[in-house]
Amino acid sequence: MTETTPPRRGVALWIQIVIWLFLVGLLVIVALGLSRRQQGTVQPGQVIDNFSLTLYSGYELDGASQVNLDDLRGKVVVINFWASWCKPCEQEAAELQQAWTEYEPTGEVMFLGVDYVDTETDARVYLKKFGITYPNGADLATKISQYFRVKAVPETYFVDKEGVLRFVQVGPFFSVDHIRAQIDPLLK
Amino acid sequence: MPKRRIRNTQYAILLILLATLFATLSVALAQGTSPTDDEVNKIAKKLYCPVCENTPLDVCPTEACRQWREQIREMLSEGKSEAEIVDYFAVTYGERASGDPRDKLKAYLVPAMAILLGAALLVSALRAWRKPLVAESAIPKSDAKPVQQDEYISRVEEELKKRN
Repeated sequence: MTETTPPRRGVALWIQIVIWLFLVGLLVIVALGLSRRQQGTVQPGQVIDNFSLTLYSGYELDGASQVNLDDLRGKVVVINFWASWCKPCEQEAAELQQAWTEYEPTGEVMFLGVDYVDTETDARVYLKKFGITYPNGADLATKISQYFRVKAVPETYFVDKEGVLRFVQVGPFFSVDHIRAQIDPLLK
Repeated sequence: MPKRRIRNTQYAILLILLATLFATLSVALAQGTSPTDDEVNKIAKKLYCPVCENTPLDVCPTEACRQWREQIREMLSEGKSEAEIVDYFAVTYGERASGDPRDKLKAYLVPAMAILLGAALLVSALRAWRKPLVAESAIPKSDAKPVQQDEYISRVEEELKKRN
């Protein structure tokens, strides 16, 4: 038994290549987005890139209204993300200030408060209420929190003297001892 | 009652009336300059909650949103325009705070181009897939080349013939 063979004229090769490239590209974009969402915060061991924090007036660092992370190399840097509307942040505010008071005279530790999607008026009320004195500023355009992949406030990042992230605290600290336990090993 | 006492009482009443009038006017003037909730919400509708994704600011119940609405009210009181306020929020809190992207070229043109490209590719592919059918019918049956029938299909056909 015999049958006629249809001439084999499919889709042009270049069209097939373009369609497949388009689909693969789309899948890569979706996969990258999903993996980034599931990554969580930046992980300890990672060198933290430089960023600039514009400080609130009255909370400057040595009179400068802007601080760069790179300028703090050689010091342990404690980066605390907070907001005035955040109730858990209030639980650790006094502890952070107490720890800052203890470490400030050593000159080896710097605390930076990064105010996350907040209004300056309410932020100032908060800072005054808890007597916070370490440098604080707004996370403009949420660039810093996006870099650290902050999910919620409060979150605190401990960067060692070489600029390497050593510890991440998600949620509030409940005691000064808890804060000391993260800073002291980085001073040795 | 001495005349002087009566006059003093009249002065006192007049003074109280003037004070009341002044206080009422002050309150009325203060209310007049403060933006209404509708004015605030008109702008808040164009902004999005920084904490809960995809929730417009005017209906968001969180404390963060309440503070933002107050910020809008303050800026309106200072005489800022709607565009200035939306721009301030986009610069201070990032593009995601604004419902209207600033880089319209990137936000609208790129997806539109991608859709057009996809549609063009699809049309092109469908046309190419339809061509063989036309080509097949155009070939005279006498010119058709014989092909080797699959052995399995031949056996199935034979079995079917037997059953019929």
